[in-house]
Amino acid sequence: MTLTQENLSELREIAARYPEARSGLLPMLHLVQSIEGRITPEGIEVCAEILDISAAEVSGVATFYTMYKRRPVGDYHVGVCTNTLCAVMGGDAIFDKLKCHLDVGNDETTEDGKITLEHVECNAACDYAPVMMVNWEFMDNMTPESAVELVDDLREGKEVRSTRGPRIVTWREAERVLAGFPDDLADEGPAAGPASLVGLEIARENGWTAPEAGQEESK
Amino acid sequence: MTDTLTPVLTDNWGDERAWTLAAYEARGGYRALDKAFAMAPDAVIEEVKESGLRGRGGAGFPTGMKWGFIPQDNPKPKYLVVNADESEPGTCKDIPLMMASPHTLVEGVIISSYAIRANKAFIYIRGEVLHVIRRVQRAVQEAYLAGHLGTNIHGSGYDLDIVVHAGAGAYICGEETALLEGLEGRRGQPRLRPPFPAVAGLYASPTVINNVESIASVPSIIANGRGWFSSMGTEKSKGYGIFSLSGHVQKPGQYEAPLGITLRTLIDLAGGIREGHELKFWTPGGSSTPLLTAEHLDVPLDFEGVGAAGSMLGTRALQIFDDSTCVVRAVLRWTEFYKHESCGKCTPCREGTWWLVQVLAALEKGEGTEEDLDLLLDQCDNILGRSFCALADGAVSPVASSIQYFRDEYIAHLTQGGCPFDPARSTAWAGQEVTA
Repeated sequence: MTLTQENLSELREIAARYPEARSGLLPMLHLVQSIEGRITPEGIEVCAEILDISAAEVSGVATFYTMYKRRPVGDYHVGVCTNTLCAVMGGDAIFDKLKCHLDVGNDETTEDGKITLEHVECNAACDYAPVMMVNWEFMDNMTPESAVELVDDLREGKEVRSTRGPRIVTWREAERVLAGFPDDLADEGPAAGPASLVGLEIARENGWTAPEAGQEESK
Repeated sequence: MTDTLTPVLTDNWGDERAWTLAAYEARGGYRALDKAFAMAPDAVIEEVKESGLRGRGGAGFPTGMKWGFIPQDNPKPKYLVVNADESEPGTCKDIPLMMASPHTLVEGVIISSYAIRANKAFIYIRGEVLHVIRRVQRAVQEAYLAGHLGTNIHGSGYDLDIVVHAGAGAYICGEETALLEGLEGRRGQPRLRPPFPAVAGLYASPTVINNVESIASVPSIIANGRGWFSSMGTEKSKGYGIFSLSGHVQKPGQYEAPLGITLRTLIDLAGGIREGHELKFWTPGGSSTPLLTAEHLDVPLDFEGVGAAGSMLGTRALQIFDDSTCVVRAVLRWTEFYKHESCGKCTPCREGTWWLVQVLAALEKGEGTEEDLDLLLDQCDNILGRSFCALADGAVSPVASSIQYFRDEYIAHLTQGGCPFDPARSTAWAGQEVTA
């Protein structure tokens, strides 16, 4: 696939957001993935040319960050957190179940090109453990059974929603948002999931609040 | 007496469409901005300094003092960079904050940038949280349209632009100088200090890097005053903070309380440890802070209290593990994480974490000898304090502290020729299976 003029102008647009163009490289590589489905040699060359740095320098960056993929990613990148807390809470069992169910290993894609399975590190949702991510959307409080149902639904093309977010878009569409070209889904999903609100609810039940402003000096 | 829980940052999370500008303004949002603009920038710095706010990203450095380090006579542009790369295992407070109330962060960014006289600010969000990035992108866009960002904000003559920047998957970019490298389009490898970022940070210009929760606390301090903030918390650890409980408690989640609350109180609020189990070990502030045990339930969770107990307050990421959990398995997994995330720049970290995994993996399988525990401690000794950044120091914390408190459990793996624990018993669904 060849990058179009429109692709090139969007890549330049990213670089122009920053006081120094090279700062655009991370989002530019996200855009390359969105267009090409992975980091391609052509994508590397184009970024290097726009930023006036060597292809080796771009390659060095592309191989450092784990979200950049050198092999084609499926429509749905399915991550299972296997960092300690999620692993203990069941993440290991979920990951084993999915490897077996999908017949793939870590960082591999199903034959139909739909799902890439990967174990991921802590994704800052430990109060919802065990956690999975689909195209970097939260899937909270998973079990081996709900994980299997999730990937089956994704493969069958059913609409799937994040437990704390919108309907799941494709991996390429998600990468475009990460490149700084928002879609229109910010208003979908709740403000917070249940675990995010437990402390607030207990405070409300007990009438606990922060002190009122201006009261503290008189004490 | 301050209440047990003091919702400030979390106070609006349950509101209908809390993430929108309309909802945020309806409860007084962006009003602290005018109060700040009526003050001189130095007075804003002074207010934050006197409030006692200390960095909420783990290290606890006084925020106002950090701002005061920016050399205002330096002719280069000044920058504010928000560290929204929340990745420390167990830490899960900034992500829900940005999802529920991104405008709290944006208002904090404007006031903080005004104080340090920056006209450009960056919010560096880890790439793996798509919906959070959407919400922050939208909040910035709404703030521009409402005149809270851009030129001559609220008629003050002050200009500010914010760029929302998505990372691409690297724990190390939570380290402030590695984050700057990432933001400059490079591999995220920490820089040697000095010079510190305050003097030569982004593009070698004076730069303040603050955690999301630190910056989000600023509007409340400006709105309510330094005395209000410092009336909460303890002598040297002022104010409120979000405590994140995860793992084997009945109600894991976010609890916002004055610094100095104890784990005993928090676990009580969370409905206790899982039915039929007891607390075994916990992290006070993420996996890089040494493990504590049930004997530390009454330690005040402030910077000094946790420090005196031999650990660190860190990010208040309280990962709770009950007696069903194998500590060796837990520590091995964290160590594999540090090995994977080591950026490779410093030899003691790059090679040392690799060796720690080799020894721990053998021990977990019941292979090796008791002397391997001393070998592990020796390896820790050769890693700790010998690298550019704190990743290496964090990597040895779980290893050294687990040997300190659970030496017998390591030895049990050797005597039994393997792990004595059944991992199925520690899962979220353990005990719920139908026994046929």
